[in-house]
Amino acid sequence: MDMQTFLHMGGYALYVWSSFGIAAVVLVLNFISPIIRHRNLVKQIRKKHTRK
Amino acid sequence: MWKFITYLQSAQNFYQFSGKAIPWLGWTALIIILFSLYGGLVTAPADYQQGDAFRIIYVHVPAAWMSLFIYMVMASAGFITLIWRTYSSEVVAAAAAPLGASFTFLALVTGSLWGKPMWGTWWEWSDSRLMSELILLFLYLGFMALQTAIEDRKTAARACAVLALVGVVNIPIIHYSVEWWNTLHQGPTVTKFDKPSIHIDMLIPLLGMAIGFTLYFFSALLARVRCEIISNKQHTDWVKRELT
Repeated sequence: MDMQTFLHMGGYALYVWSSFGIAAVVLVLNFISPIIRHRNLVKQIRKKHTRK
Repeated sequence: MWKFITYLQSAQNFYQFSGKAIPWLGWTALIIILFSLYGGLVTAPADYQQGDAFRIIYVHVPAAWMSLFIYMVMASAGFITLIWRTYSSEVVAAAAAPLGASFTFLALVTGSLWGKPMWGTWWEWSDSRLMSELILLFLYLGFMALQTAIEDRKTAARACAVLALVGVVNIPIIHYSVEWWNTLHQGPTVTKFDKPSIHIDMLIPLLGMAIGFTLYFFSALLARVRCEIISNKQHTDWVKRELT
């Protein structure tokens, strides 16, 4: 199967790829956001304790 | 098992355990999801009625399953919070809510994207499956709103637990809605007591996606749990030691 037929999805490309695209965005954001928050929290707490 | 549960009752143990478990769960989830995507998007044959549009099943159905599963995790954690007043269960319930809301949102959006080409409509207000799933989204959002509205953490956790437990009523309604009422939504294909009416090449990637989503959920849950714990416990000695 060539790339073009695969991407075409039998004419349903818009629906299929936007479903998977939205899912990818939501899952990635849900994974990255706590990691970033954790990093900021650690920085913030360290700062507080070294000030004392 | 019981020993492990009591072990996680200590915030410090829970924090450290999560730190170790997240990469394992996360990488395994990613590998399983990628394999299942290949199976679902490439290997599986097109449906004889729906053509390639049916491939939306590989994100829609696992997302919908997760929306129910996460709700049960959240409600169970809420139940434990009410009975035993444990800190770890409070944190789990709070961390589960936004993830549950995300999967419910995904189930609704991908359902809409599937409904448009197949049913000819993005949304149907009179459909019981769609409406009960929408109510599930509101339950998650209500939980999160209540959480932020109440200042005191313990009081918030208890109020949210009550809300979550009341909302459990909606779970069997979602599951059986397609049998109790006439809806546009099709009946269950996989979770039937007799043989599932789906080809094995279509079924395996679907189950794979479900397992991948579940592992993903636990890794993302624990990542949120870690944030909650160090934020709540930042004045304790072990957090100070952990971070210096």
